Amino acid sequence: MINSGDTAFIMVSAALVLLMTPGLAMFYGGMVRGKNVLGTIMQSFILIGLVSIEWVYIGYSMSFGPDIGGFIGSLAWFGLNGVTNAPSPVYATTIPQTVFMIYQCMFAVITPALITGAFAERMRFAPFLIFSLIWTVVVYNPVCHWIWGDGGWLAARGVKDFAGGLVVHLTSGAAALAAVMVMGARKGHGHDKFVPHNLPMTLLGTGLLWFGWFGFNGGSALAADGVAATAFVATHLAGMAGMIMWTAMEWMFDGKPTTLGAASGAIAGLATITPASGFVTPGSAIFIGLLAGCACYLAVNFKNKIGFDDSLDVVGIHGLGGLMGTICLGIFATKAVNPGGADGLLAGNAAFLGTQAFGTVVVLVYAFIASFIILKAIDATIGLRVSDEDETQGLDLGLHNETAYS
Amino acid sequence: MKKIEAIIKPFKLDDVKEALNEIGVKGMTVTEVKGYGRQKGHKEIYRGAEYQVDFIPKVKLEIVVEESMAEKVTDTIREAANTGNIGDGKIFVMSLEEVIRVRTGEKGREAI
Repeated sequence: MINSGDTAFIMVSAALVLLMTPGLAMFYGGMVRGKNVLGTIMQSFILIGLVSIEWVYIGYSMSFGPDIGGFIGSLAWFGLNGVTNAPSPVYATTIPQTVFMIYQCMFAVITPALITGAFAERMRFAPFLIFSLIWTVVVYNPVCHWIWGDGGWLAARGVKDFAGGLVVHLTSGAAALAAVMVMGARKGHGHDKFVPHNLPMTLLGTGLLWFGWFGFNGGSALAADGVAATAFVATHLAGMAGMIMWTAMEWMFDGKPTTLGAASGAIAGLATITPASGFVTPGSAIFIGLLAGCACYLAVNFKNKIGFDDSLDVVGIHGLGGLMGTICLGIFATKAVNPGGADGLLAGNAAFLGTQAFGTVVVLVYAFIASFIILKAIDATIGLRVSDEDETQGLDLGLHNETAYS
Repeated sequence: MKKIEAIIKPFKLDDVKEALNEIGVKGMTVTEVKGYGRQKGHKEIYRGAEYQVDFIPKVKLEIVVEESMAEKVTDTIREAANTGNIGDGKIFVMSLEEVIRVRTGEKGREAI
């Protein structure tokens, strides 16, 4: 039975999640140097095209199609074969399946876009497209099936991920770690200045991401109901708590509060609450946001100390956020908030924390190893990195024959 | 005649200009410049990564006055531009051979 309220809410949520990808492009674009801003924005934008095509033909079917052994969906729904405006019997049963499909499409789009922050300012465009496509097929689709697909093996073990702490943030964070290891640092890293060229752009992107996140987490209830309200509220509370905490940390330890710190903290809080948003109380959401602001701040500082060039901090913010949020869900989840959810450690169910830890390790290891192999293979065949000349003069001119500011 | 060049903090420009007007200085030339001295630039921190910025924005004033006025001008600039903090700037005084007004061709003190 189609419910018009649910359908309207998920359609709007899909549009909100779509907006996060341009938002991410602004968020990242402001942080790179002016000569690379278009190249950086393009890496997010073009995935709206590339991944949407992949999703319609094979991605949706691999992720949500008829289960094969718990590991992958079959290609029975190739090209949306049989995916109609009738509700699916298993997913989001009160909305047209086409709406569910397009809502999930937006998640598949933004996930590889998140990785681009790790190798910002140094990857060629063609290998970037090839990597993103293969990664979506080999990493995103299977992990999505394991956790959200009907018959997925991690879901069967009780692993929960409300809106993508594992499926989106940990997979992209693990891929980011592999990308930095394979590609190495940017030219001049450690002695040249890598100063953000337009922080107002980054702050605007942060605002768009925050706005879109209400659709990302709220919409993951797949209905306009109380669970959606829980997720909506938790999302906002964790975002604001993360922002306050990161800003306070740097005010204490670095001397001054910064706009980039406020933006980073908000994104850390939002990413960390993602897996837990529909399963925890508002108080827990605030705590998780504060934890995210503190831990991600420390992680990013640690990265600077060891000279690891995760350029825009995908590992320290999205990877760590997804990981911590999934573990926190194991601690703070309570059926008092969401009867369809789970009880965590604090509700007397320590086993659920173990389940979440297991899911985290599996996704981290799989996503890291698979990403590492894909990147190594592309590097060995056509090469990942831009030429010295293009890296020096910038991606905008070198790869796209454009400049952002003339 | 003396030419006085003063490097000062940009936010002190209005104070210095007012003070110089009051003592009868009739004109000046101002340029936005960048530089460093003992202050050695400043630090910027982005997500905990520290960058040293060597050249920091300053304003350079150029003023030409009669020799008898020079000390009064430098004293006035020093007073008006002083914050007591490192990086307040410097004043250079040099002798000037000739001044010519473009419109009339007047020379020397008449042209100032």
